[in-house]
Amino acid sequence: MANPMARSFLQVAASEEVASPLRVVQIEGLAILKIIKHCKEFSPALVTGQLLGLDVGSVLEVTNCFPFPIREEDEEIEADGANYQLEMMRCLREVNVDNNTVGWYQSTLLGSFQTVELIETFMNYQENIRRCVCIIYDPSRSNQGVLALKAMKLTDSFMDLYRNNNFTGEKLREKNLSWVDIFEEIPIKVSNSALISAFMTELEAETPVSQQCDYDRLQLSTSPFMERNVEFLIECMDDLSMEQQKFQFYYRNLSRQQAQQQAWLQKRRAENMARKAAGEETLPEEDPSNPIFKPVPEPSRLDSFLITNQIANYCNQINGVVGQSFNRLYLMKALQEN
Amino acid sequence: MASREPTVLQFFPSSTSLSAKVHPVVIFNICDCYVRRPDQAERVIGTLLGSISPDGTVEIRNSYAVPHNESSDQVALDIDYHHNMLTSHQKVNPKEVIVGWYSTGFGVSGGSALIHDFYSREVANPVHLTVDTGFRNGEASIKAFVSVNLSLGDRQIAAQFQEIPLDLRMIEAERVGFDILKTTMVDKVPNDLEGMEASMERLLALIDDVYKYVDNVVERRVAPDNKIGRFISDTVNSIPKISPAAFDKLVNDSLQDHLLLLYLSSLTRTQLSLAEKLNTAAQIL
Repeated sequence: MANPMARSFLQVAASEEVASPLRVVQIEGLAILKIIKHCKEFSPALVTGQLLGLDVGSVLEVTNCFPFPIREEDEEIEADGANYQLEMMRCLREVNVDNNTVGWYQSTLLGSFQTVELIETFMNYQENIRRCVCIIYDPSRSNQGVLALKAMKLTDSFMDLYRNNNFTGEKLREKNLSWVDIFEEIPIKVSNSALISAFMTELEAETPVSQQCDYDRLQLSTSPFMERNVEFLIECMDDLSMEQQKFQFYYRNLSRQQAQQQAWLQKRRAENMARKAAGEETLPEEDPSNPIFKPVPEPSRLDSFLITNQIANYCNQINGVVGQSFNRLYLMKALQEN
Repeated sequence: MASREPTVLQFFPSSTSLSAKVHPVVIFNICDCYVRRPDQAERVIGTLLGSISPDGTVEIRNSYAVPHNESSDQVALDIDYHHNMLTSHQKVNPKEVIVGWYSTGFGVSGGSALIHDFYSREVANPVHLTVDTGFRNGEASIKAFVSVNLSLGDRQIAAQFQEIPLDLRMIEAERVGFDILKTTMVDKVPNDLEGMEASMERLLALIDDVYKYVDNVVERRVAPDNKIGRFISDTVNSIPKISPAAFDKLVNDSLQDHLLLLYLSSLTRTQLSLAEKLNTAAQIL
């Protein structure tokens, strides 16, 4: 007698797997080192590369990566790029590296990575892979002694909205989506195989102690970094104010159009009254061919959201560096007093 | 009484002091390839990429594994694969050239000489790196060798693998992350303030050590070493002597600058949330 609770194989195969939400990205030390090396070698140019790994439950494991060559602005190199990717994947598979793309990484300069291209790349990847992540590494911040590695992903609600390409104010209010909801940062865990950790622990004992201390963090001069950060911040504020002017323009047009519509409607109604009094047919109260009824297109809010995101990022960075500087200054003060 | 002159077994030591520097990426890569090797292979062989500086130091920056088949007396290396990977890597970084090859396992074996021959056809003086993943001596050993020709008179009979000094080099960014790379699992990447705290603790530990050493010397528990003493006094004297008033002013100015920046960034953030409220909350009548 069949157990009513057990599902037939067909049923299980047919039911769609509910994707558990991505909670953590687990990167191997090897991938991190490769990303650091690649981004640093080519800084200040921005580079990208591919991440390979496994998708397990709520953890996305990144086990390896390979860099992309710098793309020239040439049409025939496009095919070359795809060939390169296939070639690398094939070769890596022969040495038993995970052949599964899970995302891509890119380097950035002072955190200015929220662009439309990023979103488009995300959408491209999302079509093919169920779960993908983008790792952002900032080589300029490691001069400050911070490992600036972040894993980002677009939120689902934002992706739906982007697919419909609909960014009007009402839609956004409906979904209660604001600029913080575009990107979602996922915590990163670092894992290493036991062999490597054994090696590293051994090797660390051999290198002299002075090499261990990362004194870069205790450097007092932060002005060049801060200057650039504030410069970028100012540029972004300019962009944001331009976007806001666009909105103001739109609202002004809209209200002017509405006033015109009202005026026209009044005239029509008056005319109709007159006609009724004269016993003639009344004219319709709408006239779609009249240009004042043409809806004014609402500018997309996507750009302003992205700019807002960038500004928030810069502000956070400034806050972080300021906090560190306070520590350093007080340390110096204590040292001097002795 | 043979008046024949004994033929001297001569070998020419390398004229330049060859040494090698290895980036940790390479070690990680090698270990990873070893862990992923196919079941029947006992060791992994691969190519080393990097650059050779004018003074003869070889800098090993990158590596990739090459599938090979090894039996007791034969070694077969997949040369096509090797060339394919080389072209792919050079598309990204044209400055990286072949500088040698690596194999896991302790020491140098017979088959290695053949492989070394193959690589010496690709580059003038290949460096052979052995990474002992088996921990044969109970410790991790990474050794680098170059091949030196042993010749008897005019004939060349053997090649000797001579060890060269090896240096594990880390760029600053890697040093920052080195702590997290040591353990098998780290729960999260440390953020700025935690890293700051760790650095300061380390500095404090160092200062403590120096303090204890000086104490020990003063109380004659440890024999004084003049060089260390001079070094310590140099370090202490290198703290710039500024009058307290000037120093205070310096620190306060810096503090004020930073506070201003903090204020500006908070102001910006408030402005952002305000602007956003205005933009999306506007009702279209």
